[in-house]
Amino acid sequence: MSKHRHTEPPSELVLRVKALESLLVEKGLVDPAALDVLIDTYENKVGPRNGARVVARAWTDPAYKARLLSDASDAIAEFGFTGRQGEDMVVLENTAKVHNLTVCTLCSCYPWPVLGLPPVWYKSAPYRSRAVRDPRAVLREFGLELPEDVEIRVWDSTAELRYLVLPERPAGTEQLGEEALAALVTRDAMIGVAKVAGPA
Amino acid sequence: MNGVHDLGGMDGHGPIAYEVDEPVFHAEWERRVFAMTIAMGFYGAWNIDSSRHARERTPAAEYLSSSYYEIWLGGLERLLDESGLLPRAETEARIAALRAQAG
Repeated sequence: MSKHRHTEPPSELVLRVKALESLLVEKGLVDPAALDVLIDTYENKVGPRNGARVVARAWTDPAYKARLLSDASDAIAEFGFTGRQGEDMVVLENTAKVHNLTVCTLCSCYPWPVLGLPPVWYKSAPYRSRAVRDPRAVLREFGLELPEDVEIRVWDSTAELRYLVLPERPAGTEQLGEEALAALVTRDAMIGVAKVAGPA
Repeated sequence: MNGVHDLGGMDGHGPIAYEVDEPVFHAEWERRVFAMTIAMGFYGAWNIDSSRHARERTPAAEYLSSSYYEIWLGGLERLLDESGLLPRAETEARIAALRAQAG
């Protein structure tokens, strides 16, 4: 045997991607090192911990919260969270009577600088199709049962405008500082499919 | 342009599949497709609307049966071909060469 095949041959998809990258590099259209930096940025550096810091600041600093609700892009930029897919931001405040839910029915628009890249379910047909039509049932699917008198507002993101939900601060957190509060805030709560739970 | 990507309100897509502790990427090829797409966006031969339009032109049945980054890959190949930066025939030839190498 001239060839020892210890593993399955690469899938068509893997070949397609390898072919594309090798050609783009040869043509000088992309720099492989720059690709690695992009991947590292969005895999390890930018993510929902950013958004959690924004939320915790809004919970503890009324002046910041006012800025955040009136001009979210600028208030978020105070943390240095700027850039692609977050140029124009709106923050939606949840209250005892109003629950906000965000979706992108057309594709996957999502506030990258504060939440990172969206999870698969956010980009999937079931969520995109039903979030706008039966949000209460969708929330129930995520384990969130809202009282009937809570109004649900659904916000469909666009390439130009993206949303971040400001969840309600949970009870029993009066003594917690900003950092401890941020640790409680989840990605799902900032998309609007969950509430923030109090400290365990 | 309406199309299959315009999913708001559509019935029949089943339950939401939630993955606990989901990783940002599920395979190395997804990382490469993501990064190539963003890098080529910076290159400036097209804008975000063109790249969305390129993905939205995925044939309907294929769109619904493809994963997210497969749709991105198809969109990127389409834009590269249409812009003349990388004709599809060249990509196909390279795929064939790599396949032959892999035996």
